[in-house]
Amino acid sequence: MNPEIRHTHITAKHRWFDLKFRELLQYRDLIVMFVKKDFSLKYKQTILGPAWIFLNPFFTTVIYTVVFGNIANIGTDGVPKLLFYMAGNALWSFFSQSITSTANVFQSNAHIFGKVYFPRLTKPIANVISAGINFLVQLIMLFFFWIYYVLRGNVHPNWWSMLGLPLVLLVLGVMALGCGIIVSSLTTRYRDLAIVVNFGVSLWMYATPVVYPLSTVGGGWMRTVLMCNPVTQMMEVFRYMLLGQGQVSFLGILWSVVFTVLVFLGGVLLFNKVERTFMDTV
Amino acid sequence: MSTAIQQCPYAIQITDVRKQYRLGQVNSSTLQGELASWWAKKRGKEDPNMKIGAAPRISGETFMALNGVTLTIKQGEAVGIIGKNGAGKSTLLKLLSRVTAPTEGEIDIYGRISSMLEVGTGFNGELTGRENVYMNGAILGMTKAEIDAKMEDIIAFSEVREFIDTPVKRYSSGMYVKLAFSVAAHLDSEIMIMDEVLAVGDMAFQKKCLDKMKEAVSAEGRTVLYVSHNMATIRQLCERCIVLDEGKVVYDGDVETAIEYYMSGEDTLKAHRDYVFKDYLLKNKLVFQVLSSDIDHIDCQYGMGEPVTVRLVCKSQTDLDNVHFRLQFVYKDGTRVGSSFSSSGFSIAADTETTVQLTLPTTELVPGQHLAEIAFYSCNDDNYNFINTIENGFCFEIRTPTPENHLPFWARNWGHAHLADMKLEVLPHES
Repeated sequence: MNPEIRHTHITAKHRWFDLKFRELLQYRDLIVMFVKKDFSLKYKQTILGPAWIFLNPFFTTVIYTVVFGNIANIGTDGVPKLLFYMAGNALWSFFSQSITSTANVFQSNAHIFGKVYFPRLTKPIANVISAGINFLVQLIMLFFFWIYYVLRGNVHPNWWSMLGLPLVLLVLGVMALGCGIIVSSLTTRYRDLAIVVNFGVSLWMYATPVVYPLSTVGGGWMRTVLMCNPVTQMMEVFRYMLLGQGQVSFLGILWSVVFTVLVFLGGVLLFNKVERTFMDTV
Repeated sequence: MSTAIQQCPYAIQITDVRKQYRLGQVNSSTLQGELASWWAKKRGKEDPNMKIGAAPRISGETFMALNGVTLTIKQGEAVGIIGKNGAGKSTLLKLLSRVTAPTEGEIDIYGRISSMLEVGTGFNGELTGRENVYMNGAILGMTKAEIDAKMEDIIAFSEVREFIDTPVKRYSSGMYVKLAFSVAAHLDSEIMIMDEVLAVGDMAFQKKCLDKMKEAVSAEGRTVLYVSHNMATIRQLCERCIVLDEGKVVYDGDVETAIEYYMSGEDTLKAHRDYVFKDYLLKNKLVFQVLSSDIDHIDCQYGMGEPVTVRLVCKSQTDLDNVHFRLQFVYKDGTRVGSSFSSSGFSIAADTETTVQLTLPTTELVPGQHLAEIAFYSCNDDNYNFINTIENGFCFEIRTPTPENHLPFWARNWGHAHLADMKLEVLPHES
């Protein structure tokens, strides 16, 4: 038998600042398996299978182009409409999918959580990674349209800044994780939030420059709201890199990062507190 | 939370652990409900700082599922946990497997724990057997490399090799359980916690599982905690047994004594017993009741064949004639032995306490502990009127005769009744 034995101490008292990241690392294989399971389950017994990863955002983009681009006639700062909406939609759906799939993680996994212990945070992390992979696949589709427009000279990317793309993803992913686990921790007591979250996220989209560029919002209170929204700046940065369009400010980026760190730490603290006894209340 | 330490003689140390649950719908899951109960507390409607102490198990709106459990389990022990439904067995396992946290007290665990509160946790019908093995193994704490190394053993043990790449929703329930148990049985953990998981699969597979568990204890020195209502498997697997009752450890020691203790409920072995009728049982029948019973031996011990004399104090709301008693005997292992009827009835006047005495010959009862259920009914001419039964009546023990009488095998081999002696004659030699 293993000479070095693991010692686990369980007390009634909760230590707030025990974030248990080390334990999380021991279970990294579980995270990978959750992600794999997500994908293999999603498209089982569908005819088109993984093609849905492309079809879904493609049709959404087409609808956005028609509704916002042609009917409402919102400008895109000279960027081809299809590309503008496709980029916005891809990044936003990464964010929203991360939040909504994490928000009811306790309810939807109660049957597993109630029977065996593993770090509960593995599940929300796996959800965000799944959403991230989904986004990367969409990025491939976006890439083909993008090359077409770049070669035709309609789009002028900021080449060097594109190195920062992983950072944008990281910030958005961690931010969504933080928001998601806060909501999920609260839904163990207040189920109402589970209903509100879907609605809330779609409202959030309109407070984010997804279907319109930030530049179309002149000034006043609307701009203040948009600048307070920590996703705004990430969206603009993303389009600045890829499409050469967007209003980027250092202060905005700083706010996004600070918000992300705060919401993530707060979320993990709350989540760890709730996961100890949520089975008694869920 | 986890630190590596040197070898420790203990596997689990539990110190004065309590677990409190709230009764009913106190924990409103809406903000409105939350505010309402907060407002109630504000106005002093109930005490929010409910004292958790040696108080009764149910106090106000809370319920102590575990009420001060202290236990030490050494490395390599196979410990059975038994107790009635609601005694706190599952709660204890939940705390140990960290599904939920204790309200008070501390638990120290030395070693990796694998808990099987259910077989096949995380199994998904759409995934194949192999995919589920990976999933389940990872949930139980194995790394992918560990599962890869054990995959062959797991498949071989599960006996479902032909179907391993088929989605488990196509499995029979037996196959499903076999595969699930195989994963759990191949964990590398030092401590295994199981909640009646062996009560599944066919007989041959159950035996295989038990053997596997026994091997884990004896050959690999693992620690096993096993909760079951199946005394046979407890006997086979465990060398130590804990009886839980009302959230407390009431017995801790060798298996046979524990099982006997659990079956008999030691506290019933009292010469004097009072009976309280629950009104709801007797809404329209509360005419006659037995208030108490006293048996003549204060230690409740009787020799074989020695008669038991019992006095019953009775009371009735109306005048009743011809009340009869029937005593139904249940042996300590739960077997019903037989019944004895009172030879005549008696009359009772309204609202007066009447004491009756029953003398019970015990020549037919075998050594061991007996529980008498007290049934009473009234007979009027050809009219039979059942009144009620006290299921937890008085208990007494027939002593095992001294070894000279060589009668140690009662009940287990010879049956639960001592029939009248046979007449033996030596026949004259026929020439």
